[in-house]
Amino acid sequence: MDEAAAKQVMVLACSGIGKTWGALARETAYELVERVRPGVATTTCLPLLVINDPEAKRLVMEHPVITLDGCPKACARKSVEALGKKVDQPLETIQFYTAHKELKPEGIAQLNEAGLKLARVAADELAATVDRLAAGEQT
Amino acid sequence: MGLPVAKVGIVPCSGEALPAGTVCRLACRRVLDKLRPGQTVAICLPLFIAGGAEERGFAARHPTITVDGCEKRCAAKATEMFSGKPVQALLIPAILEKHGIPRPTRLRGFGVEEEEAVQAVADEIAHAVDETLIQTQDQGKHYDEL
Repeated sequence: MDEAAAKQVMVLACSGIGKTWGALARETAYELVERVRPGVATTTCLPLLVINDPEAKRLVMEHPVITLDGCPKACARKSVEALGKKVDQPLETIQFYTAHKELKPEGIAQLNEAGLKLARVAADELAATVDRLAAGEQT
Repeated sequence: MGLPVAKVGIVPCSGEALPAGTVCRLACRRVLDKLRPGQTVAICLPLFIAGGAEERGFAARHPTITVDGCEKRCAAKATEMFSGKPVQALLIPAILEKHGIPRPTRLRGFGVEEEEAVQAVADEIAHAVDETLIQTQDQGKHYDEL
């Protein structure tokens, strides 16, 4: 693995379109990838793992992985585990709401303003985890 | 004999790393909530792995329409691999090309620029739902025959 690749951390979000928590998972992932840790946090489509796409599988196997699931079925975490890889930091997005009850996310197609803010807060809080994993440390 | 088909399963790719994945989610949600409520149900694709027999068996008992954001066709392939062959497999780039609509370029924060794309895809899905229901009724198919 080259040095640049070693610094990347995969952030895999729930694919669900039925719950607010799935939307929160994606928004948090986008915040990490686009705003908080661009170039370090990266993502791929979770469904690529379902069809065993070689490139997506390689990315997941070679990099530390954070999963953001929207419900206890934990599709993101289980999709990684199905490849034989242990997730470095598995998370359910309801945890963020539990820690920030003043920000109640609503909406599925589009999160409300509180949901968008919660995603920003969650991504900011996850920055340290991304940094540790990118540096090769355990969470 | 089973019950007449009343619901069509919609399987979106939901690709998180592609703008077309966002088009896919928003268009499917629009069909489920506004265009064909009561006639459609969403199937979460990764549940084919994470879920149990219930998710995997759905497409064996119900007609499904897959909606993919790219040529890798995760939704169509996964549905066929784990459950059953979809009755229609839609591809978003092909739909946008057919309507002469430019492909969205951002992953989130969709607004008026992307609305045309989302609506065109939603309309195609709704049309596919109608076709599927008509075909199924014409053929006299039932849940346990599909």
